[in-house]
Amino acid sequence: MKVKILSILSAVTLIPALYMIFLFAPTEATQGHAQRIFYIHVPLAVIGAYGSAILLFIGSLGFLITRNLKWDRFGAVSAEMGIVFTSAQLLTAMMWAKPIWGTWYVFDSRGTLQIVLLLIFVAYFMLRSYLPDREKRAKLCAVFGLLGMVDVPINYLSIYLFRTQHPQAVVSPGGGGVEPEMGYTLLMSAIAILFFYAYVFVRRLTIARVEEEVDYYTQVILANE
Amino acid sequence: MSDKLALQAEDIRKTFGHFTALAGVTLNIERGEFLALFGRNGAGKTTFLKIAATLVRHTHGKLRIEGIDTTEDPERARRHIGFLSHNTYLYRDLTPIENLRFFARLYGLNDADRRIESLLDRVGLRRRISDPVRAFSRGMHQRLGIARVMLHDPSLILLDEPYTGLDANAVDTLNDMLDEAAAAGKTIILTTHDMEQGLRGATRAVIIDRGKVVFDGSAKDQAIRTAYASCIRVGAKA
Amino acid sequence: MKPLTAIVFKDIVIEMRSKESISSMLMFGILVLVIFMFAFEGSGLDKSLIGAGELWVAYSFAAILGLNRSLAMELDNDCLQGLLLAPLGRGALYLGKVASNFTFMIIAEFIVLPVFFILNNLSFDQRFLAIAGISILGTLGMAAVGTILSTISANTRMKEVMLPILQIPLTVPVVIAAAEATSQILNKETPEISAWLTILAGFSIVYLVISYLVFEFAVEE
Repeated sequence: MKVKILSILSAVTLIPALYMIFLFAPTEATQGHAQRIFYIHVPLAVIGAYGSAILLFIGSLGFLITRNLKWDRFGAVSAEMGIVFTSAQLLTAMMWAKPIWGTWYVFDSRGTLQIVLLLIFVAYFMLRSYLPDREKRAKLCAVFGLLGMVDVPINYLSIYLFRTQHPQAVVSPGGGGVEPEMGYTLLMSAIAILFFYAYVFVRRLTIARVEEEVDYYTQVILANE
Repeated sequence: MSDKLALQAEDIRKTFGHFTALAGVTLNIERGEFLALFGRNGAGKTTFLKIAATLVRHTHGKLRIEGIDTTEDPERARRHIGFLSHNTYLYRDLTPIENLRFFARLYGLNDADRRIESLLDRVGLRRRISDPVRAFSRGMHQRLGIARVMLHDPSLILLDEPYTGLDANAVDTLNDMLDEAAAAGKTIILTTHDMEQGLRGATRAVIIDRGKVVFDGSAKDQAIRTAYASCIRVGAKA
Repeated sequence: MKPLTAIVFKDIVIEMRSKESISSMLMFGILVLVIFMFAFEGSGLDKSLIGAGELWVAYSFAAILGLNRSLAMELDNDCLQGLLLAPLGRGALYLGKVASNFTFMIIAEFIVLPVFFILNNLSFDQRFLAIAGISILGTLGMAAVGTILSTISANTRMKEVMLPILQIPLTVPVVIAAAEATSQILNKETPEISAWLTILAGFSIVYLVISYLVFEFAVEE
């Protein structure tokens, strides 16, 4: 039921968001049409990357406090969403940077932080895949998830401090001031991506639960052969 | 009631993922009992022993060692427990005396040197007191392991397949020390495959099969042999 | 307190006998410095720019080596179980291992650092002491995180190989802060390092506290 509502909301908000991104929002003076990527990139970063980080933190903490495996599933799905969305927003960042600044990447404070965040998500996944025992995997991944996500704010601080001491061209929305239409577009896009994220997350969580049941029955069958 | 019990296990369950190792074991062991625990491989006896030693956490149930709840106060419970496995937990680069001094400090024993020397004497390692453990045979390892277990004078001694790979000398030393411990009122739980060895000094015998207790009676009771045999047969058929 | 010092003392005695940990960390650290020397020699790159980074790359990889060795020693003969049987809190056990890991890392670094100064033609003035101080603070952070991560990685099929994968992303703040502070000291007349030192100290405190609380999950069977 939840999934149905989310899928409808997601589809429903996507259409106006796309309209606003491509047709409604004014073309930016200096950056041209390439600037429209910004409307996708920022929500992906905030909701997808940092949102997943917060969810992984919650999942890890949840398991460590309750020892209930459902939190482990929650954490694993968060990390998976994290990898996908962080990669997506890094890709959109590159798509934005190349036409405007001519470089594939701009090593500003946010970008560096996001690369490290992606590395932590990937490390979490590698850890998961090399731990076959379900309980051990839950315990160790919860510990690493907690340690990793606590690292994110500390990382942010140190990278931010670094860039204040070594100032560089900071990636910003636009030099010529932000018009109100841009604000609405960003908001609409953020809402659409938020519903999309929630929909995919809930679906993935359901699939994870089914995967575990299949795993269980496979083991039961193998044990009785 | 609980102050006479060395170990009180109430509906202990343990699952590893989808596999149920213990499906509800209830066992009350009084002080001074010598319990032999039998069972096929994978029946759950090692898991139960490790839970009793607080090395593994049970998924359900209550466990009290000398009246102390192991989930609430595991550190205090551990003071009363001595656990010996086929791994001896000894540092190969240290000598016997250094190993034992280290464990003495871990257990908060002051001035343990005299006790260490007499224990090393007792297990017949007096002459190898300053050789690194690296050079020891399996039997000598196990004898030093016994010394380590007895070091802090635990009231509950848990042994997991202690006779594996031992030579006759080491078996005798182990049996002698177990008899002494039993005479001194210690509670002993021993798991083994060898029924004769297990029943030798035991007062009580328990069989665990598929995570549940299927036999619990006196070690002298002949019924245990038939019960155990039928477990093995059922296992072979399945 | 006594069991904690017992653990450190035991590790020191074992290390004095086997001499494996410190010597391998030391060699590895120096080799990294040497590789940097050859790799950048002909490039005309101003050494003052990469010096600080070079030092902390050497420290980071030497640390990983040391952490793996320390844990391997506890896994041999299942000695870790022996420690878990003792009436010792899991958090206290963690602190004991951090203390001994930290000790060995510092000893190795205090030989790598002079070598670094010599290879880079730096004079042994007060900068040496300042960088030594930063080394201590940064190493504390690496030891705090590395001790619990090495315990985690030992449970995987990849074993020691997993540790750098887990450790390097997490110690990015340490490397940034320490390398920056080192660079300031090497290159500036009036170095501003207070913010970096705060980050290093904060990192160590945060990770020591969190790992102390969750260490039991990492060592439970």
